[in-house]
Amino acid sequence: MNDQIEKELDRRQFLARAGKAGISIAAAGIASYSLYDAEGPQPLSKTRQLVTLPDFSIPQMATQTMSVVKGHDRVKTVNKAIELLGGIERFVKSGETVAIKPNVAFASPPMLGATTRPELVAEVVRLCYSRAGAKQVYVTDNPINDPASCFTLSGIGKAASQAGAKVILPKDNLFEHTTLEGGKLITNWPIFFKPFEKVDKLIGIAPIKHHHRSGASMTMKNWYGLLGGRRNIFHQDINTIISELAMMVKPTLVVLDGTQVMMTNGPTGGSISDLRRADTLIASCDMVAADSYGCTLLDLKVPDLPYLTKAQEAGAGATDYESLKPIFATAS
Amino acid sequence: MRIVQTRRISQVFFFTLFVWFCIVSTVGDKLWQLRGWPVNWFLQLDPLVAIGTILTTHSLYWPLLWALVVVALTIILGRFFCSWVCPFGSIHHFVGFLGNRKNKAAQKIQLNKYRKAQCIKYFILIIFLSMAAFPSVASTLQTGLLDPIPLVTRSFNLILLPIVDRSVNFVSVSGRFYEGAWLIFVVFLTAVLLNLVIPRFYCRFICPLGAFFGVINRFALWRIGKTQNECANCRLCEKSCEGGCEPAGNIRTSECVLCFNCLDDCKHEVIGYQTRPSVAGEVTDPDISRRGFVLSLTSGILAVPAVRLNNKLGSNWYHRVIRPPGALSEEEFLKRCIKCGQCMRACPTNVIQPGGIDGGLENLWTPVLNNRIGSSGCQLNCVACGQVCPTSAIRPITLSEKLGIGEFAKNGPVKMGTAFFDRNRCLPWAMDKPCIVCEENCPLSPKAIYTQECFNTIRDGILTVKHTKGNTLETAENNLSIDKFATGDYYCISEQGDQRTKIVGNTENLIEISPAEKFDKIPAAGSKIHIQVRLQRPYIDIEKCIGCGVCEHECPVSGKKAVRVSAEGETRSADRTLLLKS
Repeated sequence: MNDQIEKELDRRQFLARAGKAGISIAAAGIASYSLYDAEGPQPLSKTRQLVTLPDFSIPQMATQTMSVVKGHDRVKTVNKAIELLGGIERFVKSGETVAIKPNVAFASPPMLGATTRPELVAEVVRLCYSRAGAKQVYVTDNPINDPASCFTLSGIGKAASQAGAKVILPKDNLFEHTTLEGGKLITNWPIFFKPFEKVDKLIGIAPIKHHHRSGASMTMKNWYGLLGGRRNIFHQDINTIISELAMMVKPTLVVLDGTQVMMTNGPTGGSISDLRRADTLIASCDMVAADSYGCTLLDLKVPDLPYLTKAQEAGAGATDYESLKPIFATAS
Repeated sequence: MRIVQTRRISQVFFFTLFVWFCIVSTVGDKLWQLRGWPVNWFLQLDPLVAIGTILTTHSLYWPLLWALVVVALTIILGRFFCSWVCPFGSIHHFVGFLGNRKNKAAQKIQLNKYRKAQCIKYFILIIFLSMAAFPSVASTLQTGLLDPIPLVTRSFNLILLPIVDRSVNFVSVSGRFYEGAWLIFVVFLTAVLLNLVIPRFYCRFICPLGAFFGVINRFALWRIGKTQNECANCRLCEKSCEGGCEPAGNIRTSECVLCFNCLDDCKHEVIGYQTRPSVAGEVTDPDISRRGFVLSLTSGILAVPAVRLNNKLGSNWYHRVIRPPGALSEEEFLKRCIKCGQCMRACPTNVIQPGGIDGGLENLWTPVLNNRIGSSGCQLNCVACGQVCPTSAIRPITLSEKLGIGEFAKNGPVKMGTAFFDRNRCLPWAMDKPCIVCEENCPLSPKAIYTQECFNTIRDGILTVKHTKGNTLETAENNLSIDKFATGDYYCISEQGDQRTKIVGNTENLIEISPAEKFDKIPAAGSKIHIQVRLQRPYIDIEKCIGCGVCEHECPVSGKKAVRVSAEGETRSADRTLLLKS
């Protein structure tokens, strides 16, 4: 059989076959050479491209850092509070893009106070557009419960969209790794980064809530929503992580809603009996000061919340809010 | 227009409608979401779902009345469902066409001939129905394993859609996951690929729904058949015969899926669709022997007690079979669940998963909660699963009933199980580390997880005092890790004193206590102090816990969770309760 084939093979055919064989062998050789790895896999994977969250803060003004407005109508109090700090125009310039980070942690209806009230989010969105002339406003969070359900049930998704904002849900490809300079816990850790990467301003809006582990959840704890990965392990050192969040995030403005304060069973609540009316809303460029004032509405003092002092030591703000001469007013 | 063209349009229409219903089974209020779309319509049309549940429950659940329309139309028109409506049938039809389109006519005729093995589907039908029909022995509904509509529904919803959505994230932000989906995939893929061996393999040999239609097809008013005896016997009518029913000879009407290809292919207009029988004669009965009938009937009757020898409905019930809220008691549940996967598709948190066989063979592909998958346990304010269940194996409960409020206040909330702490794994219990993520996330008010505070002296935490000055204490030990105790969770207490003071910072040998506090007794030089960590240790209040699994989902001990739900205490089965009546 073989003999017969060889007989049939003429010189031209043989050369062609030899040529093809040579090219195949050469190709395999080149491929092997170009992929050649003399060392094998290393124990640690290559260092990632790290990102840093931009600084969104604006220059301080001595007498207009923090305002505290009494009143039960959040739309009125937030308008007044921002007005007292110089108006939304001070924080957002015409044509800018703004990210708003409410607390959308739980799939819970607005009346239970576990999430930022939708009308408050919508009003700030509206102010950014109609008063400040913002180009685009984004509303975003990385909730604990199912993200789509959280934005739906909290009413924030609908309220924000109707006010013209774009709602961004936490897709996997929106996370990047960061390392906080001077931080201990936030090292090479994924954060919800993309929505904040290109915006000009950042506004945090949080309710005041009881929190069994840390004492209270307010504007600083609200940035927990920027953490990705297995962020729950940071509960082992809750005060450090909250103070590191205060170091990592430098917002333009924070709004702390104490109209109804979750006194017990936080941070999820679940019953309106967990809420107490305090009719107070705080707007501040200094979130440590805002939270230091906010904790008094939970009948707590600054030493009860070690993260406040830690954040102050890290230069994130002042626990002695009186020193900032907050502007007190009433909106009715 | 040719009738086969009309048939193709019908197939494309119903297939598209089916895919559309799969896509819109997403909880939400947008136009493309579950906002009233009749996503169960194909399942409701399926007479096997209706017959099966009638046999097991002796009642016809009202949405399944749609099946009557299909049965009535089949009695008038023949097996129109198979070639005109069934989305799974359309897939087989199309793939079979693709795989064999280049064959010669003679090969096609050979492929599409009648085979004796086509009787297997009748045996499958008899086995399934006899498993369902004898409550005195034990009855279970297993038709869903091979019933084409549940099969194609779960295959699309639990496999194809998540795979396609993985790259576009349209129906889900973070992707959908289904444990054990590979087996569903293998079944689906095998069924589809078998068309390359014999066209409509599944329809001809396996499909129990087709078998049911085959049985009632004998009553059909209209049927395919020869209109005259003068036939060229070219057998071209059998070239594309989808059912393999031999239209050239004695047509087997039970096998005819009404594809109308014979009518279209006959060049001599011998084949017609008519009320009178074929002039060449016809075989109306399925080709099954009495022996085969008795054997499959007996197998079915004996299969249920055989499967239940594992005592999974008795004391050996499997604690990880956690059913969705509103699920019937296990025995009643198994009489209704058709394994269609609609609950798993609709669940907004993706926590409802297709069950495996570790809960017994009957548990396969039935809905089971797995809190390790999905975005957050069973969401408190959600009843989506019961609303989409086509057979009410999961009752369509209201939020009031689930939460036990309003008129349901006296019943209390629906419990799916109870969470248990594994104190060997829990950070505060086993490792003296603060945590209580579980407590934070418990959605109830008051929470079902509560904590008790305790202070534990840490390892190597007994230090010798060298010197005390104000709020700073110098230790003889000189190897403390800097600021290890500065987290706000550490305290020190002297052996003489009885009051703890909070530590705010430390160096290698200096410990600073909070400026807001002071030692009740200044620790003397040479005395011992204890460094203690403040722990909040979690407990479950089993009277409150509803087994939603949010705690298990959030537990940072991510391998084997330190708090896990198991089905004890579930509302649906009184015999699995843990609590005494108070």
